[in-house]
Amino acid sequence: MDQQARPTQPSGDAEAFYAHVGSGGKVEADDWMPDEYRAAVLKFVEMHANSELMGVLPERDWILRAPNLKRKLALTSKIQDEVGHAQLLYRVAEDLGKPRDAMLADLLAGKTKFHNVFHYPTRSWGDVGIIAWLVDAAAIVSQQALRDSSYAPYARTMKKICWEESVHIMHGRDVVLTLMNGTDAQRALVQEALDRWWGPLMQMHGPPTDPARDKDLHWRIKAKNNEQLRQEFLSIYVPRIRELGLRIPDPVLRYDAPSGRWEYTEPDWDELRAVVTGHGPASQQRLEFRRLNFADTQWVRDALGGSAAAAA
Amino acid sequence: MSSEQVWEVFRQEAEGDPMVHGGSVNAPDAELALHYAREFYGRRQESHRLWVVPREAITELDDPDLLKPPFDRSFKRPGGYIIKHKLEAAKARAALDEP
Repeated sequence: MDQQARPTQPSGDAEAFYAHVGSGGKVEADDWMPDEYRAAVLKFVEMHANSELMGVLPERDWILRAPNLKRKLALTSKIQDEVGHAQLLYRVAEDLGKPRDAMLADLLAGKTKFHNVFHYPTRSWGDVGIIAWLVDAAAIVSQQALRDSSYAPYARTMKKICWEESVHIMHGRDVVLTLMNGTDAQRALVQEALDRWWGPLMQMHGPPTDPARDKDLHWRIKAKNNEQLRQEFLSIYVPRIRELGLRIPDPVLRYDAPSGRWEYTEPDWDELRAVVTGHGPASQQRLEFRRLNFADTQWVRDALGGSAAAAA
Repeated sequence: MSSEQVWEVFRQEAEGDPMVHGGSVNAPDAELALHYAREFYGRRQESHRLWVVPREAITELDDPDLLKPPFDRSFKRPGGYIIKHKLEAAKARAALDEP
């Protein structure tokens, strides 16, 4: 496709470009865009793709331990979806100029990041329910906002991904509900999983940022800031967690009606920073598994004559 | 690697529907591109038909001077013809003309 200039975004005119995206305009892969915008979208989408690819590893551990065939099929299907999301997102990122080989190499070398929640180990089947329900719920809150991204190929991909993620949330909620309707030991299993996951969940959207200085927000690469996303997650999911008789391990957590916002204990941002830079409890183990897996599947990529498959 | 290329994927949701752009895949040939397309765009029985087209085969036009010219083109649309008052006047005239 040729790169002819559009009157709305003349080639090389960064000011006109930012006015265009600032007023809700969309950008296609072959449109001219400032290098800093291209780099910011690429970084955002690459991190998202990495998270989808790494995010299947905690769940993969439970395929062989699923309690029955239906759960095993559903979990395997979810994992297939997430790897598919990684493929779709790496495709979006590739069009921004970074080859897939380079993105996978950077991920395996620990040079690029993936979401904090995928750096933790899983301990029980309760974790599978909590991850599929609440981690996916926290993710979908931000992914739904990304359907309005100024980078149109990303926005379109997010529409498809959100549609599939909504199935995962139902799968996770069903796992949790089944356990909650079971024995005391099963209820304790869910509570223990929630106790461990609550901290990482509260950190997941990141610390509040100054909206005026957040370029991703300013350029509408993302449509909502970190705190808005966390508040949205709390508004929808705190009632749904509590109605099952589960306790949220935060004594400060309450809705403040006058201000219209949830108050909560300040999440541990030092833990977040340490975890996403590869110092989480399972970071190195997961990366090592991914490296072994990448080496094991080299023959497939060779046979296909390309770099396409990064299969789980 | 060099042998790969980008294939644009189009999908038809139900028989008779238009083919709609879904996304793209990377593949060395059309056969493998279709396999990938099936995995990404037909896994939940959401597609009736899939097309894969090499991206290079697409020629694009997005020039607003040609597609959204700033002239009044209302005569090309049904809504460009406002007949309410004219119809009323014509009917009234016809009624007067009745013997």
